[in-house]
Amino acid sequence: MALQDNIVQIVSHPQLSPKQKSNNLALEAENSLPYVAVSEQVNNAMTDGIICDMFEGHAPFKPRYVLPDYAKYLQQGSEYLELAPAEDFDDALNALTILYHHVPSVTNIPVYLGQLDGLLMPFTLGLDNDAIYRKLKRFWILLDRTLPDAFMHVNIGPTDNIICRTILRIDAELQQIAPNLTFMYDPAVTPDDLLLLATTNICQCSKPHIANYPLHAETFDERGFGIVSCYNALPLAGGANTLVRLNLKQVAIKATSIADFFEQTLTHYCQLTYELIEARSAFLHQQSHFFDSFLVKEQLIDESRFAPMFGIYGMAEAVNILQALPTRGLADVGSTNSVNQSGNGYGHELEANELGLRISAALDKIVKSTPVTYGYKGRALLHSQSGISLDKGVTPGVRIPYGTEPDPISHIQALAKHHQYYTAGISDILTIDETVKSNPQAMFQLCKGALSSGFREFTANVANNDLVRVTGYMVKRSDIETFKQCGSRTNTTGLAAEAATNTGILQRQARVIAHEQSPLVYE
Amino acid sequence: MSKHAIVSQILPFSCVDGPGSRLVIFLQGCNYQCKNCHNPHTISLCDACGDCVEHCPEQALTLMASQDALSYDIALQGAVVKEKSHIVWNSSLCSQCDTCLAVCPKKSTPKTSNYTIEQMLEVISSQRHFIDGITVSGGEASLQLPFVIELFKAIKSSEHLSHLNCMIDTNGSLPPTGWHKLLPFLDGAMVDLKAWQQDTHHYITGRDNHPVFKSIELLAQHHKLYEVRLLHIPGITDYDVEINALATYLQQLPSDTRVKLNAFHHHGVGQVASTWPQCTQADIEALASQLTQRGVSNIALPALYI
Repeated sequence: MALQDNIVQIVSHPQLSPKQKSNNLALEAENSLPYVAVSEQVNNAMTDGIICDMFEGHAPFKPRYVLPDYAKYLQQGSEYLELAPAEDFDDALNALTILYHHVPSVTNIPVYLGQLDGLLMPFTLGLDNDAIYRKLKRFWILLDRTLPDAFMHVNIGPTDNIICRTILRIDAELQQIAPNLTFMYDPAVTPDDLLLLATTNICQCSKPHIANYPLHAETFDERGFGIVSCYNALPLAGGANTLVRLNLKQVAIKATSIADFFEQTLTHYCQLTYELIEARSAFLHQQSHFFDSFLVKEQLIDESRFAPMFGIYGMAEAVNILQALPTRGLADVGSTNSVNQSGNGYGHELEANELGLRISAALDKIVKSTPVTYGYKGRALLHSQSGISLDKGVTPGVRIPYGTEPDPISHIQALAKHHQYYTAGISDILTIDETVKSNPQAMFQLCKGALSSGFREFTANVANNDLVRVTGYMVKRSDIETFKQCGSRTNTTGLAAEAATNTGILQRQARVIAHEQSPLVYE
Repeated sequence: MSKHAIVSQILPFSCVDGPGSRLVIFLQGCNYQCKNCHNPHTISLCDACGDCVEHCPEQALTLMASQDALSYDIALQGAVVKEKSHIVWNSSLCSQCDTCLAVCPKKSTPKTSNYTIEQMLEVISSQRHFIDGITVSGGEASLQLPFVIELFKAIKSSEHLSHLNCMIDTNGSLPPTGWHKLLPFLDGAMVDLKAWQQDTHHYITGRDNHPVFKSIELLAQHHKLYEVRLLHIPGITDYDVEINALATYLQQLPSDTRVKLNAFHHHGVGQVASTWPQCTQADIEALASQLTQRGVSNIALPALYI
C-alpha cells in the first residue's frame, strides 16, 4: 500500500498548495505505471546510478521542454484558443498569457516564454516609454505570481530596443526569482552600453544570464533557438523530448585504464544511454498522443524539431579518477577530494584539463555520429548537466568542484574549450567577489573576455546577493529560510531548500547547488 | 639582461584596484613601516638567510647558491638573479600555511617570484581579453620604478596590449623627478593619504607626509590623479578632527578625482594596531557625510566591510 500511503501523505501535507498537491498526485499516478520497456543492462545501470532519467516519470506524456513559436501565434491567432491575431501591445501580452497556460513541460508549466523583445517590438507603435514600463512591470509581476517556477525563462537581445532595456530595468527593480532571464549578446549587434546595463544587473541580482548569440545561432538553423529552463539551448518551434544523463564518475570507476575508458566503458554506457533515450522518446512520440495537440496542428511546434538531450555530469571526478589509475591503481579511486582541495587536478592542472577536453571531444563525436529515431536532424544534443540533489560527491556537468574554483579568469580559461561541444547548453557558474558590486565595468569586461574565449554562456553569482542561482534557476536565500516553516508559493523554493539541506552549500560563498528536478518534493 | 621585478603576488582579476577589471601586480618591498599594515610580510626584502627552509612542512623552499640558482631558473624559464644565493619557492608544493612568514626574522617572505619584463608581458597578454588594465601595487610599487617604467612603456608600445590602461597604487613617497619619468606612460595613480597632520602621519607610517601632498599635487596638475584614498581608523587617524582642512584640500583637487574611503580592519595587522578600534560602516558613513556637507564630491565607499 505504498502508493496509497504516498497519496495520503501528499493530500494531507500541511504546506503544499492544492496546485502543488495536484502536480505531485499526477506524478505518483504516472509512476504507478510500469516503466517504459528497457533491457536489463539499462535497468542495472539506472539502479547503479550510472544512467539517470532525471525522474521525468515512468510514462512520458509530455516533452521535457517545449519552445513554441510565439511570433507565429501572435501573428495568426489561434483557432483552438478562439483568438484573433494580436493587434496591439495589450492584445499581445494577453494572448501570450493565455498560451503560457497551454505549454507543458516536465514541470507542468512553461519553461520558455519567448524572445520577448522580438515578440513585442512590433506592437510598441504609439506607446511612450513610460506606458511600456508600466505595462511590462505588471506583466512581470503577473508571471512571477501565476507561474511560480524559476525554470520559466525569458530571452532578450541581442538587438538594442526599448523592450529589452525596460525588461532589464524592471528585472533589477523587482528582483523576482521568476522569470529566469537570458540576455543574448552579439558583439556585431549589441552596443557596449547595453551589455554594461546587463552586467550591472548581474552585480545587483545575479541576473541575467548572458548567452553567446553567434555561437548558438550557428548551432541551430534559421528558424532559431531559445534558452530555456536553466541553461538548455534548444531549437525554436521544437524542444527536448527527454533528457537522459550519464554519470562520468561512475563510468571512470568501471575503467581499468584511460585507454579502457575511451575504448570500452565510455562507449558501452553511451550505448545504454541511447537505449533509454530511444525507449522514452518512443513512448512520447508514439503512444502519448502529445503530437496530436493544437500546438502541432497550428504549427507552433514541429515534431521534427524535438531532440533528446544527452546529458553528462561528474567530469571533474572522472578526470581525477582516470589520472590516478596508471600510477596508483583502483584503490585510491574514492579519495579524489584531497586532490582537489589542494588546488590540483581537474580545473588546475594542464594535463588534467586536457584529459577532460579529450573526454568532451569523444562524447561530441559519439553524439554527432549516433542516429536517434526522434531527434534534431536525426541526432541528440550534447548537454553539460547541472545535477540534482541526490548527487553526492559528484560535480555537475564539466564544472570545477565546489570550493576549489580558481580565480575567475583561470576558471574561464580552464573550461572555455569544452563549450564548443555542449550545443544543448553548459552551465559554469562563476562566483564573483562582492567588491564587484561597485564596479560593474569589471563584470562587463569579464563577460566579454569569457564569451570571446569561447564561452557559450556566461553566468555569475555575486557573493551575498539575496537572489542567487541554484543550478540555473533563481532562489531567494530569505525564502529558503522561511520555507521550512511556511512552505512556498513558488515550486522551485522547495527544491532549493532540499538541496541546501543536503549540500549545505548556501553556507559557502561559492554557491553552486546541484539540483534541477526533485523526484519527491514533499519529503 | 632585462630588468626584473620582485613580485609578491599577481592577482589576475580585481575589482578594487582602479577602474574596471584589473590585473594587479604586487611588488615586494615598502619604505613605510605602517603600524596598521595588512600585509606586513610585503615590507622587507628576503635576504636569503635560509631560516625558513627547514620549517616548511611541504618542503617547498630551497636555499640555492648562485650557480644552482642560475641553472634552476633557466630550467623553469624563470628570472635570472644576481644575488649570491636566494630562496627558491616551489609554488606547486606550497600549501599556503604561512609558517615561513611566522618564522622569518625579517618579517619578510620567501614566497616571491622574479619576473623579467618579457615574462610579465606574457602573463598580461594571456589575460588581456578579460581586463581593462593593469595596476602595479605593493609593498610600494614606486621602489621598483625602473621596472614599472619599462613595463608600462612596453605595454603602450605593444600592438595587442596598448588598449590596457596602466595605473599605480602608491603611498605617494616618490619624489617629483621619479614621477616625471613615469608620467609619459602612466594613465592614473591611486594615492594613500594616511593622515592629515604631520605628527599623525609620522606616528602611523614612520615617515613625513610632505612628499605625499607634493605627489598628489603633481599628479593632479598632470591629470593623472585617479583616486585619493583615506584609510579611516577611528581615534587614530585625524580625518575627523581635521575635517575642515581636509575637506578644503580635497575640494580643490580636480573634480574627477575619486575620494575613496577605506575601513580599517584587523586582518593581518601587527600587535599595536590590533588594539585599535575597527572601522564600522557607520564610522565610514559619518566621515562621508561630513565631507559631503563641506562640498567634497565623488566620494566612493567600500564595497564591503570586513
